[in-house]
This record gives sequence, C-alpha cells and structure tokens, in this order.
Amino acid sequence: MSDLMIDFTSILTIIFVVAGIFFLLVGSVGIIRLPDFYSRTHATSKSDTLGMILIIVGLIIFEGMTINSGKLGFVLLFILLANPIGAHALARAAYNSGLKPMFPDNKNDKTEG
Amino acid sequence: MDSFFLYSAVILTIIIAVPAYRVMKGPTVFDRLVGTNAIATKTIVLICLIGYVFDRIDMFVDITLAYAILGFIGSLTIAKYFSSEKTDVRFDD
Repeated sequence: MSDLMIDFTSILTIIFVVAGIFFLLVGSVGIIRLPDFYSRTHATSKSDTLGMILIIVGLIIFEGMTINSGKLGFVLLFILLANPIGAHALARAAYNSGLKPMFPDNKNDKTEG
Repeated sequence: MDSFFLYSAVILTIIIAVPAYRVMKGPTVFDRLVGTNAIATKTIVLICLIGYVFDRIDMFVDITLAYAILGFIGSLTIAKYFSSEKTDVRFDD
C-alpha cells in the first residue's frame, strides 16, 4: 500500500470509511444472530443506516466541492429517509398480518431460528 | 487511495454475503424480506465504492440513485401487499 497518499483528507476519509464498514458488519451479524423478526428490524434499520451515512460522508470529504459531491449528498439524504421507512413498513406489515413478537412466556412460536 | 477503496469494496462484498444466510433460512417470509432489504441497501454503498475504484464516480452515482429508489419502491410495495387483509400469510414456509 505504498501509493497511499498521506494527507489530511485521505486520513479523514479512511477513518470514516473504516468506521462505516464496522457498523455495516455489526448490522449483518445482528441479522444473523438476533432471535426474533422484530429485533432483526433494529439491526437492519439503525446500524446499517449509520454505517452507510459514515461511508458516504467519508466519500464526500474525499471528493471535495464538486457536482458529484452534491449528488452523493442527495443519496445520503435519500438513504436517511428511506431505510428506516422501509424497515418500519415491513414491521408494520408483519404486525398487521398477525406475527407475534417473542416474549418469554411465548414458547411455542415459530419465529425463532 | 485506489487500493484502499478496492480493499474496502472487497470487505464490503463479504459483509453483503452474510444476510443471504437469513434469506435462505429465515423462518417467516418477513425475515427473508428483511434480509433482501439489508442486501439492497448495502449494495448502494458498494456501487459508490466501485465508482471510486474505476475512477468514474460521475457515472456510478446516477446508477446509485436509481438503484436506491428502485429498492425502496420494491420494499414498500411488498410490505403493502403483505399488510392487506385479504392476503393470507403462512408463518412456517
């Protein structure tokens, strides 16, 4: 990695992108490990949104003040609105169609897996 | 800086492959939908990083916007379909 240009914006970009990849990894592990559908929606809405915001902010810092930076800002705004709305819509659909949450006295549900 | 974006894209591809387990194994249909939603939203970031790897971010950012809107519309449509009362959802498929 000798062509890694060391200046301030590159270091800031590397910090943001690595932090974002860490949060995306946390979201993926949460989708695998959490026990219930309603708790899996937490992993896919909050942690993934934070990771994507960090990565795209890092790319905006690397880009500078150009037109592509503005387009990346629009992508960031859209993700910030759309990802929690999608997760909320899925959870609402599951609740309306009768999927029960996992409680400690609800042993015989079929949502665990 | 190119190699950094390349390695980030490779690691992000491995991370994207993880929720496919939930899509294949998920007990209910909503678990599969959450898995596909997670894959689609992480792919947005992957397309941005690929744009920096190929040094054509002016082309790839438009693809990113279109892909984000398509994934969001698809997710909302499937959620509205399953939310209607006429649809009979089996939870053990």
